Parts: sequence; C-alpha cells; structure tokens
Amino acid sequence: MSRPSPLLGGPETAARLLLSDVVALDPRTGLDGPIDVRVRDGLISELAAAGTLLAEDGEELLAGEGRRRLVPGFFDPHVHLRTPGQEHKEDLETGTRAAAAGGYVGVLAMPNTDPVLDSAPLLRSLRESAARQARIPVGFIPAITRGLAGEQLTEMAELAAEGALGFTDDGRPVASAGMLRKALQYQRLCGGVLALHEEDQTLSRGGAMHEGAVSAALGIGGIPTIAESTMVARDVALAGYEGGRVHFQHLSCAESVEALAAGKSRGFRVSGEVSPHHLLLTEEDVRGLDTRMKMHPPLATEADRRSLIEGLRSGTIDCVATDHAPHARDEKEVPFEQAPMGTTGLETAFAALYTGLVVPGILELSLLIERMTAGAGLFGLPSATIAAGEPANLALLDLDAEWVAGEHGWESRSENCCFAGRRLKGRVLVTIAAGGVAHRDRSPALVEG
Amino acid sequence: MNHLLSIAELDRAAIERVVTQAERFAEVSDREIKKVPALRGRMVLNLFYEASTRTRSSFELAAKRLSADVVNFAASGSSVEKGESLKDTVLTLSAHKPDAIVLRTPWAGASELVSRWCSAAIVNAGDGKHEHPTQALLDVYTLRRRLGEIDGASIWIVGDVAHSRVARSNLLAFQKMGAKVTVAGPPTLIPRGIEELGCEVRFTLDELDGADVVYALRMQRERMNETWVPSLREYASWYQINGRRLKPRQVLMHPGPVNRGVELSGEVVDSPQAVITAQVEAGVVVRMAVLYELLSGVHPPPAAAPAHGEVALRGVAAR
Repeated sequence: MSRPSPLLGGPETAARLLLSDVVALDPRTGLDGPIDVRVRDGLISELAAAGTLLAEDGEELLAGEGRRRLVPGFFDPHVHLRTPGQEHKEDLETGTRAAAAGGYVGVLAMPNTDPVLDSAPLLRSLRESAARQARIPVGFIPAITRGLAGEQLTEMAELAAEGALGFTDDGRPVASAGMLRKALQYQRLCGGVLALHEEDQTLSRGGAMHEGAVSAALGIGGIPTIAESTMVARDVALAGYEGGRVHFQHLSCAESVEALAAGKSRGFRVSGEVSPHHLLLTEEDVRGLDTRMKMHPPLATEADRRSLIEGLRSGTIDCVATDHAPHARDEKEVPFEQAPMGTTGLETAFAALYTGLVVPGILELSLLIERMTAGAGLFGLPSATIAAGEPANLALLDLDAEWVAGEHGWESRSENCCFAGRRLKGRVLVTIAAGGVAHRDRSPALVEG
Repeated sequence: MNHLLSIAELDRAAIERVVTQAERFAEVSDREIKKVPALRGRMVLNLFYEASTRTRSSFELAAKRLSADVVNFAASGSSVEKGESLKDTVLTLSAHKPDAIVLRTPWAGASELVSRWCSAAIVNAGDGKHEHPTQALLDVYTLRRRLGEIDGASIWIVGDVAHSRVARSNLLAFQKMGAKVTVAGPPTLIPRGIEELGCEVRFTLDELDGADVVYALRMQRERMNETWVPSLREYASWYQINGRRLKPRQVLMHPGPVNRGVELSGEVVDSPQAVITAQVEAGVVVRMAVLYELLSGVHPPPAAAPAHGEVALRGVAAR
C-alpha cells in the first residue's frame, strides 16, 4: 500500500515567477549570494547568476534589487488550527493564511480539537478539508491516546496509513509512563514521531505562570520548571529503553535542555523544539498580567532563556516551533488566572527572532533559517531547499523593513499575540508554497511586471 | 491618585496621606451624627465576586458616612451566574455612572483590568491572592496609633503567606513605612521567591522574640483544597501564636476572621496586646479616607460642593 501524501493544501495555481537579483541564503546547500530564480510548474526551474534571466511572457517579475533575501520557506511542526470545533478561534484557511504571512510553507496541526483528532475517519475528513481550504500544505498529528484522556491508545497504525506523520497528546502530558511505553512499543509497527507535551500535573496544578519571584509578588500560583524537566528526563529514559523516536515540544527551561542533551549524547532518537516566545521573553514580561503572555509552558527566567538560545545554537534543540495557539478576544479579555493558555506566533516568528536574536548578533541568520526549516526533517519530510528541480517552497524577505506587530491587523482570526505592539525588523514579502504564491505583503511596496 | 489598585504602586507619602486623612475622619465616628456631606451626590458601587461581610460592610459604612449613595452588587444570584463575563458586567454597571467601584474578585489583576474598562475610580478590595490594599492601609493606621512610629519596627507576618493577599499588601506597606518584615510559616505555604520583595523568611518561630509586632494570618481553610500541612493540629503546634510564644510588649494583629485554636489561641485574642478590634474600627475611617482621596475635589459634582466648615480638608489632586 502506498502511503498517502503527507501534507495537503496549498495555492490552487502554480506560479510563473522570476525572482531577479535576490540575495539567496540556503544553509543546507551553502548558497549565499545574489541570484536569479525562476519558478514554474511548481518547481524551481532555473537558477542563474544575478541579472542574467529576463522575464518571459506571462511571467511575474519580483525584483530583489540586490538586497531582498530569498530563503527556503519555514516549517512549523507545532500549530493549533482549531478545526474542527473551535472555528471561532481559527480555521484551516485563516490559520494557514497566518502561516503563509510568516513565511511558512508547511505546518503540522495539533489534535486537541473538539472532537479530538483520534480516529482515521476524522483524519480523512480533515485532510480533505485541508486540500480545499489550506493556503499552504498542512499535516495533521493525531492523538496518542483516545480523547487525550491518557488511558487507551488510538488506532495508531490505521491513522498512520491514513497519513499521520506522528502522534501527540499536546495540551496534555502522557502522564502514565506505562502508557507512553506502550505507545513507544507500538511505534515499531506504525512508525511516526511521538511528540510530547511535558508537564507533571501534580507539580503544575493550580499554576498560571512560572514559579519564581514574579509569581510570588503577584500572588499567582506558580508552575515550577521541574514540572517539565522531570518529565523530559523520564521520557528520554523511556525512549532510550524502547529505542523509540520522541520529539519534545515547546521546551522552556535549562533543566529540560540538559535532559535532552543527555539523551542525545547517549545516541537516543530524541529531538526538541523551542518557541520564539521562550527564546525572547521571560517571567518579567508577565508582570503586567497581559493575558497574551499566558501560555504553557510559562515564560521562565532569563537564565532559562539563555540556555534555550544556547541549546538552539548548539543543535541540542533542533528547531523553532511557534505553538501558534489562537484564542478569541473575549476568551483572553479576562483576568489572567481565568484566561486560556496560548499565544499566536506564526505571523511574527521570523521577525521577532530576527529582531531579538540576529540583529543584536546573538545568532547567525543562516542558523536561524536552518532552525526554522528543520522541523520538516524531524517528521520525515523533505526540507525546503533552493536548488533547480526542487519544489518551490520559498520566502522572500525584506530584512530592513520595520513594522509594529499587529498594526495592520492579523491574518489569523485571533489577535492574542505576545509580540503585538512591538517594533520588529524584517518582513516576509512573498511566500511561495508548493509552487504557488501563498502570501503577498499587503503593502504595495514590491512588485512590477 | 485615580485608583487604589495595589500597595505596590503607592509610595510612602501616599500611604501617609491616606492614614493622616483617616485620623481626621476618626473624629466623625465619635459624633452623635456620624456623617459628613463630603461625597454627597456621588455613587459608590460595591461589586463583590467573593463572599465578604466585613470588608463590604466597612466600605458601605464608609461611603454612607461621607453621604455617598451606595449600591451593592454581589456576583451570586446575579447575571454573573448566568455566565456574564467580568467585562460585560462592568460595562453594564457602568451605565449607572458610578463614581467609584469597590471590587473584590478571586483573580489577581482584575482591578487593574477593570480600571481600563470604565471611567470610575477603582478600589481594589482584594484581587485573588495578589493584594488587599485597604487592609494594609488600615493596618498601618492601627499600628501607627499603637506604636507612634513604624520606622525601624520588626514585624513578623506568620502563617499561610502563599494564599494571602493581606500578606503581600502588608509586607509592602510595612516596608514602605520603614519596618523590617519577616515572613514565617510552613515551607509549603511560603512562596518561592518571596524574599525578592525584601523580606526575611523563616520556617520556625524560634526567633519570634525579636519581633515588635506579630501579624498572624488566617489559616484559610476554604483554600485548603490540597494538603498543604499534614493537619491543623500540627500547624497549630508549630505556628500558633499563643501565650507562650507572644511576649509582653509585642503587638498582635490579625486581619480576621480568627480561627481560635488554630492560628491564634483564645487567650491571646482576648489579651490587651491584641489590636484586632481596633483594626476593624480603623477599617471604616481608612476606607472613608480612600474614597475621599479618590472622589473629592477632582470632578466636583455641580449640586454638591462640600458644605462649608464641615470637613476642613483639602482634596488631593489627581496624580
């Protein structure tokens, strides 16, 4: 039986484009410099020296002017598209529009929907919807346990045959070590990555933010970092014992990075992701009790933030994932302790990280691009590359453009972005996903032809 | 001052201004007619999302003594039980144009949120486990009357600090007034990081003798939905303030209501060292001072200029 196409959706029509005199940067091929790129029939059809290709009839010219950057399109292995059941927060169209606006050419959607994505028929119907509605290709990661209840495995093999790339109970931990061990054993049959939200709820219960000086001052229940790190350590051990493949979601603290590094040093098949907000914000940003700063895991200390950056730089942490978690305005416009966890992130991820880490010289741009595209490979998908004959998955960036996040609204249906109102540098001008134009900056800055 | 949201945002001068104002109002309570027309024509809305008898009635009495109109709105039995959000409730009640809203909720930061949603002056009467600023102000008032000066005093706050908004507000207020504050209690009930507010932390009462003031917190049984201490009996044996632990000349305070036999033994409650009833009395005059500070002078209602000679007080302009 041939496996179904892993991701579905994307622009309806193949673009005919000439990107002329763009500064290409592809950390996987080593490409770094001015170039002309032709996109046709869904592929990068031609690469040539800058200024040598001429636009043909019916071809749109995107002028790079020797300064706009062309990078492989980003991949986010962790987003919440809220479909089915919570379409007032986001749906397949708005969520992938937000992704495209952030330069993403592929995302993986989490299963904590209503109903939970835990059966093959639901997966099939979602994939059919995505094929019709999604702006960029979407994959779905079904649940490890039925109803995310932690008690009974989903029919993982049937789900895999229907196109599941992995499994996750994201939003909740797999609390029982015995249950996770069974999933790891079953993984030998069905393949796929087990993506884990790590949280010992006996330690986190009652908490709404990081446990520390700020929570003590505000009188808000704290979530200690050990709620995450003890579970990472446990599951590194389980994965090692079973020889299984696990991926740790949204890592937030130094101890978790250490636990992941220990697993990698022993050769275990473990990987990890980190979000832009954990790389850029800390508990101090929660002091004003802005509910957009409330997410799980909570923003921790400056020391944790630094070790996450170091983990990303060293490769202990493999990729950036936004954990894009839209919530409706009225759901977030409540006192902090009542508000649901989550921030949106797709539309700001690159600009926030570029502004916060690349501009000050903390990370190289090429390393950031590598980590923002590496998620695909972790789930067995090809990474976007800038090479002739490859599928056209590209983002055209203006690194000099400054903008205020949210000043012109959002493509997402929700506006609960932790970076809203911040002045950011670097903007996605055009996103080409699966060979078609998935996003064009709404300001008329760009194009002739 | 436009709102009273927390002690954290007040400086010593602001605390002293309210306390001094309260001292002037104390005289009113001793009159035969306990009322001044300072806030005639103003409306104070008490919006309470948590059960409260003494704080609510104390605010109500304070507003009435200043001749303001008072409306009480309790969340139970109201539209809140039908699922109305805090914001919608506040917007709806704002249609009645209250001059001040006294707000108690189980959520930290709720008062500050509400202050952004309406034009009334907001008085935080307790927001979750965060702050209870009028309690701290009345405790400063009480203590100043008892000790004369708070500067340099050693004050121990004893008990369930983790779940206490009183602990947080008082810790800040006492420090701003120059006291040295120590918090003490079982390690499960002292929040990690509290020392960054500038206080000392102790897990036993071995050094309690050095305190000038012992402030016992209520062991809040209603919040004890998890086993923070093995038993109230064990808690009492380690942390109860009793005749053996309380030394002569130490002042004993408690925000009420007291669990006799738990955080305080019966004999210390009734001893002359306890200022617990003085704290309750102070509640009214301090809340009068807070409402007066927020509502007088800034936007005088046309019909109700303060009557000549009634209160020789100067309104404080908005900061």
